[in-house]
Amino acid sequence: MHIVVCIKQVPDSAQIRVHPVTNTIMRQGVPTIINPYDLFAIEEALALRDKLGGEVTVLTMGPPSAEDSLRKALSFGVNRAVLLTDRFFAGADTLATTYALATAIRKIAEVYGAADIVFTGKQTIDGDTAQVGPGIAKRIGLLQLTYVSKIVSVDPESRSIEVERRSEGGVQVLRSRLPCLVTMLEGTNEIRRGSLDDALSAARATLVKWSAKDAGVEDIAKCGLRGSPTIVKKVFAPTARAKKADVIDFGTQAPAQAFVDELFKRQPNLEAELAALTRGY
Amino acid sequence: MLDEKFDAIVVGAGMAGNAAAFTLASRGLKVLQLERGESSGSKNVQGAILYADMLEKLIPNFREDAPLERHLVEQRFWMMDDKSHVGLHYRSEDFNEERPNRYTIIRAQFDKWFSSKVREAGAIVLCETTVTELVQDRFGKVIGVRTDRQNGQVHADVVVLAEGVNGLLGTRAHLREIPKPENVALAVKEMHFLPQETIESRFNLKGDEGVVIEAAGTISRGMTGMGFIYSNKESISLGIGCLVSDFQKGGETPYGLLERFKRHPSVAPLIEGSEVKEYAAHLIPEGGYKAIPQLYGDGWVVVGDAAQLNNAIHREGSNLAMTSGRLAAEAIFQIKSRRDLMTKENLALYKKMIDESFVMKDLKKYKDMPQLLHIQSQNFFLTYPQLVSKAMQNFVRVDGTPKGEKEKSTLRSFVSSRSWTGLFGDAFRLARAWR
Amino acid sequence: MSETPKTPAPAASGRASTKKELPEHFKGYKHVWVFVEQERGQAHSVSWELLGAGRKLADKLGVELAAVVLGPDNEATRAITGEAFCYGADLAYVVPDPVLTDYRNEAYTKAMTDLVNTYKPEILLLGATTLGRDLAGAVATTLLTGLTADCTELDVDADGSLAATRPTFGGSLLCTIYTLNYRPQMATVRPRVMPMPPRVEKPAGRVIEHKLDLAEADVITKILAFVPDRDSAKSNLAYANVVVAGGLGLGSPENFQLVRQLAGVLGAEYGCSRPLVQKGWVTSDRQIGQTGKTIRPKLYIAAGISGAIQHRVGVEGADYIVAINTDKNAPIFDFAHLAIVTDAIALLPALTEAFRNRLSPHSRDRLAS
Repeated sequence: MHIVVCIKQVPDSAQIRVHPVTNTIMRQGVPTIINPYDLFAIEEALALRDKLGGEVTVLTMGPPSAEDSLRKALSFGVNRAVLLTDRFFAGADTLATTYALATAIRKIAEVYGAADIVFTGKQTIDGDTAQVGPGIAKRIGLLQLTYVSKIVSVDPESRSIEVERRSEGGVQVLRSRLPCLVTMLEGTNEIRRGSLDDALSAARATLVKWSAKDAGVEDIAKCGLRGSPTIVKKVFAPTARAKKADVIDFGTQAPAQAFVDELFKRQPNLEAELAALTRGY
Repeated sequence: MLDEKFDAIVVGAGMAGNAAAFTLASRGLKVLQLERGESSGSKNVQGAILYADMLEKLIPNFREDAPLERHLVEQRFWMMDDKSHVGLHYRSEDFNEERPNRYTIIRAQFDKWFSSKVREAGAIVLCETTVTELVQDRFGKVIGVRTDRQNGQVHADVVVLAEGVNGLLGTRAHLREIPKPENVALAVKEMHFLPQETIESRFNLKGDEGVVIEAAGTISRGMTGMGFIYSNKESISLGIGCLVSDFQKGGETPYGLLERFKRHPSVAPLIEGSEVKEYAAHLIPEGGYKAIPQLYGDGWVVVGDAAQLNNAIHREGSNLAMTSGRLAAEAIFQIKSRRDLMTKENLALYKKMIDESFVMKDLKKYKDMPQLLHIQSQNFFLTYPQLVSKAMQNFVRVDGTPKGEKEKSTLRSFVSSRSWTGLFGDAFRLARAWR
Repeated sequence: MSETPKTPAPAASGRASTKKELPEHFKGYKHVWVFVEQERGQAHSVSWELLGAGRKLADKLGVELAAVVLGPDNEATRAITGEAFCYGADLAYVVPDPVLTDYRNEAYTKAMTDLVNTYKPEILLLGATTLGRDLAGAVATTLLTGLTADCTELDVDADGSLAATRPTFGGSLLCTIYTLNYRPQMATVRPRVMPMPPRVEKPAGRVIEHKLDLAEADVITKILAFVPDRDSAKSNLAYANVVVAGGLGLGSPENFQLVRQLAGVLGAEYGCSRPLVQKGWVTSDRQIGQTGKTIRPKLYIAAGISGAIQHRVGVEGADYIVAINTDKNAPIFDFAHLAIVTDAIALLPALTEAFRNRLSPHSRDRLAS
């Protein structure tokens, strides 16, 4: 089996700060990590490889520093890492991103063998759109299985795959065919720690680095900012509401009791509502 | 177990570990550096001040691409009581030189840069890998390490222990003892974000100039400890620490001390309106010369904080760490060049080199200070600051009292507090310990 | 919702032309469409919320609002279509086909893209549910058009372009996104972000049925089974009237009990901010915020939550927000109504007691499960 996992290096959004004066993002010093949702994809791919044999290739589109994430992926034990990097890719929205990634996956097929399954993370913590997986599937003509909670079975001979997929109010059990694209739900597995030799080879590995040309991009106008139908016109911090919170200082009074009194004084309807709610029990 | 063998394994990627790994790799040795944190520096906490002189000995042109905050032009020493501070400030245009002598840095960013240099020099650096045990042969010689990864045992000719002040490897293998509570301080620090212009106007700085404030006094509530305030480009680092043994005795918490420090009328205006981003705590070796353990043995050396190489009096630690790492590496290189073995006898060269350096010379000079400050902590950190504050206020306030009378009353307050014997005794002990 | 920005950061630069140069073949695209999501005969209420939002857009543009209903050819589909008119649709495009009985990406994507290519809407809205997101990405890529996900606000500019606002940079800021030169302009919106419009009893209006040219044999993915969730302690955060939530200010996972206890006394649902889920203290179904649940309760009590924007967008629809935090500079004080600067760990048990005495001194509380 050949499994390709698309990952993204993202700023650790928990640590992103907005400059108190200029309202711009302070990227300096914010550590970058592998998009946490991608880790479930990597682990699932490795688990399938362990069971069925074959190789796992990790692919990312990003700036040169995205190398860090690829090395981290190698340290988990993936066989190969490909960095798709080119200034033409900058500013890409999801449509332009999927164009580039789909092209690279086709190139990977040419050089290393066609992918039986392409995994992507459910969404990224910096974009949160969940669009890249479905976009890649559409462009390459893969069947699409998102929000997968469990891969029940994969049969490379009969080219069939059975999964459990999260749906509203329950779980769909689906059977589909390879090649396909899968996005995993969070919490479905736990990324393994690579062995010391995996860590060592990861540190020493030469990554495959492709520019747009190397990857076989035919129409550069479909990449990056140029190839993005959506454009960000405004970035802004939400303004404080005209009236900020009334901060109560209860002084020496017992704050809890005084607080409850104050709350009901300001919002008399609330007391009746809450009383009704609690009366039922 | 890994089939591959290395010339040296460096445990830890802080200042000492990076200096050692960098030097070893630059000298052409096959080095494996193992760091338990997510990246180099992720487990390190420091004010932080970078000492250019010591870094220049490793990377002479570090100023080209190292992430540096501000170069220091002013140093302030504050003796504080609850409402005041008596300061000794030194600021000089001389510090606006082409190759400034000290900088403030942010460890998380600096260590990443330093680590990239280590990698560039040819060392293999593995992070998120904790060394759990030293591997020794049946004669007790250290021949490698065991890590928490699968297949995680790897051998080398020598292991450099740069594992930090509470590193467990050396202690578990009985190469040194666990530091005593009176030889370690617990310090807490916060980073407060302020716009660049605000920092510049509050501290009277232009461009990349920086200021360092080191404070002692009633802020540590009679315990042996110190506080600091450092100016970074867009933030202020401030913190306070005291001996662990003192914390254990009293009821104070490090965080409580920090809160009180931040609210002090001399400190609060400096951080007004700031946004607190980071909070960190760390242990700092404070035992000085007398607490330094055995530094070398068969197949191993210990460097940096793990070796208690910290000059608490001058708040210098990272430069001693860097230097000890470099010297250990040089000693190892010399032994390797003559194709000799990493025996205890041969590794004594490291101790010889470090004895001849400022590291041991400074630590030896101040070997009695830690104990003196600790035993006399009430005096030095409570009584004297209060007396000095009163004396200064008396001196500065103009209220019609004749100056002669003022001087007499000041002297009387000192004597009644400490007695003549106490005062002379303190002066004598201080002078002797300082020498 | 966010008001007009005070000091916008400089607009994203690098785009050669931000002018609208809508290609000729897109100029005829008109009307606002809303995808009415249904599974097993039940419509997802986000569809009605979107009809409400769509109505405003259509009125501003002076065009029609259409509901898109895909499903099996049965009574349920017809009933759902009827409901769409009660929530404001002017017309409905319906594709009734057994192939669409259960959701499968291949079939639904084909149905939707066929409809779009035939009837050419200028705006297409879908709910950002698992189904909606699975469908939207595939449809947008097939149509090679722009898609903006998880919008918190939708509006049209004077020139008729859809302005879709959503959080960005992991939720620290907001951004407004346009799809200037492609059609349809697609956007997804999470449940409960838009208010539920009033339901007006109305007869069904204009229905345009479209034939789906797809045989079951040609759909590769097959549904083997559907396993409904056991109801157990499933949260009902999105529709709760009172919500109590805790954040990192609680300090430790054990202290989350205090949130649950207060919720119990108030008959409220309990939730948490994202970091607590990331740390594993609370399950993800309790997460409130941009990537969790959006809530619109009458009363929201946030204990030890800083109020970063990814949380803010999930709770701004609450009628009354109460914040408890030790940091008086925490962003939550910017949008809460009432606040107290104190340690939540100390205050929560006292509040629980105080509310209990005030509201139901004689009845036992239900401890939120």
